[in-house]
Amino acid sequence: MIKSYKLRRNLANALIYVILAVLGLIWISPLLWMVLHSFRAEGGSAVQYLIPETYSFKNYISLFTDTSQLDYPRWFLNTLVVAIFACIISTLSVLMVSYSFSRLRFKARRPLINVGMILGMFPGFMTMIAIYYLLKAMNLTQTLPALVICYSAGAGLGYQISKGFFDTIPRAMDEAATIDGATKNQIFWKIILPMSKPIVVYTVLTSFIGPWTDFILVRIIMGDNRANYTVSVGLQTMIAQQYIGKYFTRFLAGSTLVAIPITVLFLKMQSYYVEGVTAGGVKG
Amino acid sequence: MKYIDYVQLNPLQRAGYKIKTFFSNLPKNLAKFFVMLGNFFKNLVLGIGHSFANYGKRFAKGDWATKLSYIVMGAGNASKGQFIKGLLFLLIEAAYIVYMITFGSVYISKFGTLGTEEGGFKMVNGRFQNVDGDNSMLILLYGVMTIVITIIFLVFYIANTKSAYMVQQLKAEGKHIPTFKEDLKAFGDEKFHITLLSFPCLMIGVFSILPLIFMILIAFTNYRPPNLAPNALFTWQGLKTFAEVFDSKGGASMGHTFLVLTEWTIVWAIFATFLNYIMGMIVALMINKKGIKLKSLWRTLFVVTVAVPQFVTLLVMNQMLQLNTGAINIILQNLGMQQIDFINDSALVARITVIVINLWVGIPYTILITTGILMNIPADLYESATIDGAGPVKSFMKITLPYMLFVTTPYLITTFIGNINNFNVIYLLTNGAPTSEDLYQAGFTDLLVTWLFKLTMSSQDYNYAAAIGILVFIVCATLSLITFNLTKSAKDEEAFS
Repeated sequence: MIKSYKLRRNLANALIYVILAVLGLIWISPLLWMVLHSFRAEGGSAVQYLIPETYSFKNYISLFTDTSQLDYPRWFLNTLVVAIFACIISTLSVLMVSYSFSRLRFKARRPLINVGMILGMFPGFMTMIAIYYLLKAMNLTQTLPALVICYSAGAGLGYQISKGFFDTIPRAMDEAATIDGATKNQIFWKIILPMSKPIVVYTVLTSFIGPWTDFILVRIIMGDNRANYTVSVGLQTMIAQQYIGKYFTRFLAGSTLVAIPITVLFLKMQSYYVEGVTAGGVKG
Repeated sequence: MKYIDYVQLNPLQRAGYKIKTFFSNLPKNLAKFFVMLGNFFKNLVLGIGHSFANYGKRFAKGDWATKLSYIVMGAGNASKGQFIKGLLFLLIEAAYIVYMITFGSVYISKFGTLGTEEGGFKMVNGRFQNVDGDNSMLILLYGVMTIVITIIFLVFYIANTKSAYMVQQLKAEGKHIPTFKEDLKAFGDEKFHITLLSFPCLMIGVFSILPLIFMILIAFTNYRPPNLAPNALFTWQGLKTFAEVFDSKGGASMGHTFLVLTEWTIVWAIFATFLNYIMGMIVALMINKKGIKLKSLWRTLFVVTVAVPQFVTLLVMNQMLQLNTGAINIILQNLGMQQIDFINDSALVARITVIVINLWVGIPYTILITTGILMNIPADLYESATIDGAGPVKSFMKITLPYMLFVTTPYLITTFIGNINNFNVIYLLTNGAPTSEDLYQAGFTDLLVTWLFKLTMSSQDYNYAAAIGILVFIVCATLSLITFNLTKSAKDEEAFS
């Protein structure tokens, strides 16, 4: 009896190993394909075989040296600058809004929370055109500050997750500090923020990654000003009809280069990420 | 029904009971919602009325300086020694007046008609020349901006009268009048919320609310070809836009397209949410099963795909699905099978393809989110189920799923709404293909949001796009409302505690 139970368990585990291996292969294969073909020495957009015949670093090197038509290093730098500024502004906005909604009590609190919720239910693209003309009126279209503004302006609306986190910090903390004579300003910076490392890291992470992955706003705001593209739109330009033949392997190389830092960052911080999402979005 | 009766029902009856109570409660809940809405507006009106009453009362009771500050802002504060505060109020007033004279009044005056002078190539004084006409779009945009600025100014104006009256009272009672420094200090303590919220609110106001009001108003105009600014004028047309969106006469009509795409959007959102959710949980359970080694390796294998930006993975996927050259079709060919045109051939194949590819996108995300919660399910629940003879399928259906559904309802709601608005997957993978002559500016895999995008970017039917945006909003808001009510009833049950 015991033997058969053990056998069954082993069989079940073996089956699970097989399933996981197959699934793992399916999940990783597009990425593997991308990395393999980014080293492909034969040019051309698509080839009739799965595994490249010859390998070289040529695609990576020419990505950074042959910048006369499509300037990848510049796009990379653009994205980095935009991401850093957007990250700082949006992190501050999110933390400020969620802290006020969670810890402070004032008359307009409930109405503001409701307005925030309602605003979040409109599809984001609806306002694109209006934002474009607003930026145009400010003479900011086709510039990088416009992107920073776009990525960080609405950040305050994403307060729910960090508000959920702040709600879990006992209020006794604030009360004790108030008795000791601390102002609300000091409580925010010296007590609550240091205790909220996971949510700060989560906010920083998501707002930093945002500009690397967005491709719609950039295309609308930048139009044909290629010098100010970010990597995502730049890479998409590489696989447009007139470039794909020459640039397809470089597109893969460029994508790999973007994916690596983001992936490393994400894997390092995934526990914070999960904590951040589940703190606000899950009950119990 | 009492709880004791409820527990005795079998699962099917329970589900039936739940659905029945949901629908029987629906009118009540809807009524509650409208009462809530009514109360909101009542409070709003009352609040405004109240503040006007106070506004008048303060004027009646005020001394000459307070009365003066009803015209010259800051006079009351300045007369009692708060010079900097008074000056700031005065500056705000001056700035507003200058803005209105030089800019605002021009656009406000044209707001009702959205412009009357058409620009373009015209005969002026016997010669043809290019005339700058009214730009309806800018009139609407700046008109909305002026209204918003006026509201903000009114807030400051009321604050000014309040402040003037307050210092007057303080002086009359012989109390200490706060200096500017002390006023500033208050913003770090009892008024800290103003300090924290003013910058984010300003940004949201300018770049979210203002554009949103603008776009909502666009839905009530005829802003579409041939009425495109700046060369032609457009004007208000009330609810006609919505009538046109629902109009299903003729080939490739808006109404038909809207119906087809709404249906697909809902089907898509259901599949994309629940298939990913359940299959992701099954994989997560397999990884976390006792006796499975290399857990972190398996996890990382899946989670890596969450980390890589979607525009990379989905564009690569798009290349892999191509006919003749895509990796998947090459594999099919090598296996001696026929190639499949995943994207451009039939609507059904394309729709299945996006749902399947979306599994690839969504399952790792579910694994990431649910692993921690799955570990929290008490192990003895499973053990006793095994002793009672339940297999893995049964314990999944009876223990895991109910528990998870209970705990993660808010997450599911947000995911569902996120999927209704899931732009990336469709846009990058198929861009709506396969297209059809029956659909207006759309293909069979287009969601409402991608259609909205196409209507704005390629056909410039701005008013249709705005109307669809409003409709999507209504759908999302209703869904959140209903699910919110459902979760509230689930909460009352206290099934797992």
